[in-house]
Amino acid sequence: MTDQDYNFAFLDEQTKRMLRRAILKAVAIPGYQVPFGSREMPLPYGWGTGGMQVTAAVIGADDVLKVIDQGADDTTNAVSIRRFFKRMTGVATTEKTREATLIQTRHRVPETPLQAGQILVYQVPIPEPLRWLEPREIETRIMHALSEYGVMHVKLYEDIARHGHISTAYDYPVLVNGRYLMRCSPIPKFDTPKLHMNPALQLFGAGREKRIYALPPHTDVKPLDFEDHPFEIEHWPEPCALCGATDSFLDEVILDDKGGRMFVCSDTDYCGERREAGHRGRMSPPETLEAAE
Amino acid sequence: MNTIEMPLLNVEGIEKSFGRQPACRDVSLELWPGEVLGIVGESGSGKSTLLKILAGRLAADAGRIHYRSAGEGIVELLGASEAQRRRLMRREWGFVQQHARDGLRMGFSAGANIGEPMMALGQRDYGSLRNTAKDWLRAVEIPEERLDDAPRTFSGGMQQRLQIARNLVTHPRIVLMDEPTGGLDVSVQARLLDLLRRLVHEHNVAVILVTHDLGVARLLADRLMVMRRGQVVEAGLTDQLLDDPQHAYTQLLVSSVLGV
Repeated sequence: MTDQDYNFAFLDEQTKRMLRRAILKAVAIPGYQVPFGSREMPLPYGWGTGGMQVTAAVIGADDVLKVIDQGADDTTNAVSIRRFFKRMTGVATTEKTREATLIQTRHRVPETPLQAGQILVYQVPIPEPLRWLEPREIETRIMHALSEYGVMHVKLYEDIARHGHISTAYDYPVLVNGRYLMRCSPIPKFDTPKLHMNPALQLFGAGREKRIYALPPHTDVKPLDFEDHPFEIEHWPEPCALCGATDSFLDEVILDDKGGRMFVCSDTDYCGERREAGHRGRMSPPETLEAAE
Repeated sequence: MNTIEMPLLNVEGIEKSFGRQPACRDVSLELWPGEVLGIVGESGSGKSTLLKILAGRLAADAGRIHYRSAGEGIVELLGASEAQRRRLMRREWGFVQQHARDGLRMGFSAGANIGEPMMALGQRDYGSLRNTAKDWLRAVEIPEERLDDAPRTFSGGMQQRLQIARNLVTHPRIVLMDEPTGGLDVSVQARLLDLLRRLVHEHNVAVILVTHDLGVARLLADRLMVMRRGQVVEAGLTDQLLDDPQHAYTQLLVSSVLGV
């Protein structure tokens, strides 16, 4: 049910119009950070205020919403934001990536490939990729304007000099459409290749920093690297303990104090879907194993 | 020979004032390939202001700077777009600051500091970046094993030498130096001067050297310009000018150097 005391999707129509203008501009210039008038949302900065404002601006009555936090549909942040939009819009919600038309995410891209027509909204803490290298906003804007991105490689150089490989594991810097350097929000670098030529529309909202940027469908996204140290994604020593997947991002779970551990898919929907389809992992419950036999 | 017949840099009529206080008044100079031009004068004479204008870090009120670039013909720098100016600076110029910490990234390793200008020019091969950085550390007499140490763990003299390596690694045609030996003790200064003189001649770069130290100027500079209250009062060959100063102010300057 929609809460009648609030406008559809919480924000007033003027604000949503302003947000949509910013989003349109962001889509027109892939990777470029568009400033916008960020509003107070009913939760603290850092909890996804930017993503929520973008979601509020693009959500329609017939949308199906999915919200994930670290790949999971059932964590506090995801549950709260999903319930918030259900109450403010009355739209249908889902945990299935395939069924969703609009997905708000924190820290992950769903394992199930996205399709044309879907929109993925990222929550972004710090939009400026050059921030820790150049503290002055004026200077970073000039660097973007003139594509002076050499300094970004200095950070990767330091990684290799210290650790022998590029140790940047999340929020990996990418070059969008051969032009703008972009931070892809704190997704693991495992997900970075999924941004490249993705058929879905990807929107990024940073509430505290008041920036929106976007990747239109089928945009070229290239991770920065060195010729002799090419970009690589993470690998795990074993498959998912529940569904046996070898192609998904795995979380390590400590089981006891004797070194026991398991790896499970961070994407709960993907893992569940595979288990329903009959895939089994090392630690799947025995009764389901018997049922399968 | 014909490239020698034209100056690398032709500066005409630079004017700059801070409010009612003039800092540069009608300053003109020419810089030829491979030469070291010293600009001397007391504090507040406008020499650092002039250097900042040449480097594009400060806007001049009037004047023209014609630079004969390697890749883009003759460019008038004050009227050029910021993109073009910054591109030329990156490819063909260097700037050695008085305080090394202003010209270095103190939190990153020495290797990254030397590698950064190369990475800015599009060099993307880690192995060769590292080898070049090693070569340059050796060239500026810093032990190779300090390659991965941050410059904040270096002594003042090492920091300054690292800054020089970082500026020369891209083989610039012009290097601007603002008091490169300021703040260093005398023996370190002498070593740095030797090094600078050797590198400048080896790599055939043109240098504009701003200093208040006539000893430094004598050792490094081929030609000298004396500035006072924003104006050039005397210019000429270094030895000539220091041995036989004509202008009253230059005479004062030369006579006030302490002998040992």
